[in-house]
Amino acid sequence: MMTPGLYHLLFLSTALFFIGVYGFFNRRNLISLLMSVELILNSVNLNFVAFNKYVWPGRLDGLFFTIFIIAIAAAEAAVAIAIIINLYHTHRSIDVEAAEELKH
Amino acid sequence: MTGATIIFYLLAVMTLVSAVLSVTTRRIFRAAIYLLFSLIGVAGIYFWLDYQFVGAVQIVVYVGGIVVLIIFSIFLTQAAGEKMPRQRTGRSLLAAIVSAAALGLILVEIGRHRFRIPEEQGAPVTVRTIGNQMLSTGEAGYALPFEVISILLLAAMIGCIVIAMRSPAGESEKRDMQAGPDTAEKL
Repeated sequence: MMTPGLYHLLFLSTALFFIGVYGFFNRRNLISLLMSVELILNSVNLNFVAFNKYVWPGRLDGLFFTIFIIAIAAAEAAVAIAIIINLYHTHRSIDVEAAEELKH
Repeated sequence: MTGATIIFYLLAVMTLVSAVLSVTTRRIFRAAIYLLFSLIGVAGIYFWLDYQFVGAVQIVVYVGGIVVLIIFSIFLTQAAGEKMPRQRTGRSLLAAIVSAAALGLILVEIGRHRFRIPEEQGAPVTVRTIGNQMLSTGEAGYALPFEVISILLLAAMIGCIVIAMRSPAGESEKRDMQAGPDTAEKL
């Protein structure tokens, strides 16, 4: 086994990304889709941090992108959950097939 | 093999295994808990990389905020302990094949690419440097994105309140629709 470096982190984040993509294709529950999106966003964050650490060690830009992505992910999750709960009130279900029409 | 190497592999295995379990389990509450462990693993990797601030933000925002929000919404919308319906086998297989093929392609491309990795490693990042650069308006300062993010968070907050608020007018309108036109006239 080798000492972990940039490539190990990139492999890890790629694997995490495609696990998220698989979950996004495979699930029909809206909350599960949201969880898959969180996994994908985390893999992106991991990529930014890895490049910042190993390729541009003197700078902080990757770090700031990660922090901003975390903030946007929090806002996105809050809005998505508000929409999901509203959908549950009108349709009594959070399956993607229940949300066929946009206007109720 | 040093201790740092072992810790990295342990964190990586924990992250990936709980991520896989999170997208494959059919009980949604367990999926949320596995997601929690996956996010903690990612936070551990940030700590392993000496980026303590990002690791702390990850734990506070993701583990303390988003996962708790997801668990609350599961309680509000699902019967806990109930299994989700199984996805059709064809679609599930297609998703697995597409993800695995794309994963293989990207891994091969990353393995072939040579990044120019500089010899010297930078000084450890302190919270003081992060704060100074984030609020500086000069070269490589992030004051403008910081303000934009503040406005975005405010907009998301107001949007959530508007979406989740059930207005009394809309409520009576829906009841009229369900009751039919003649009762609406009587009211």
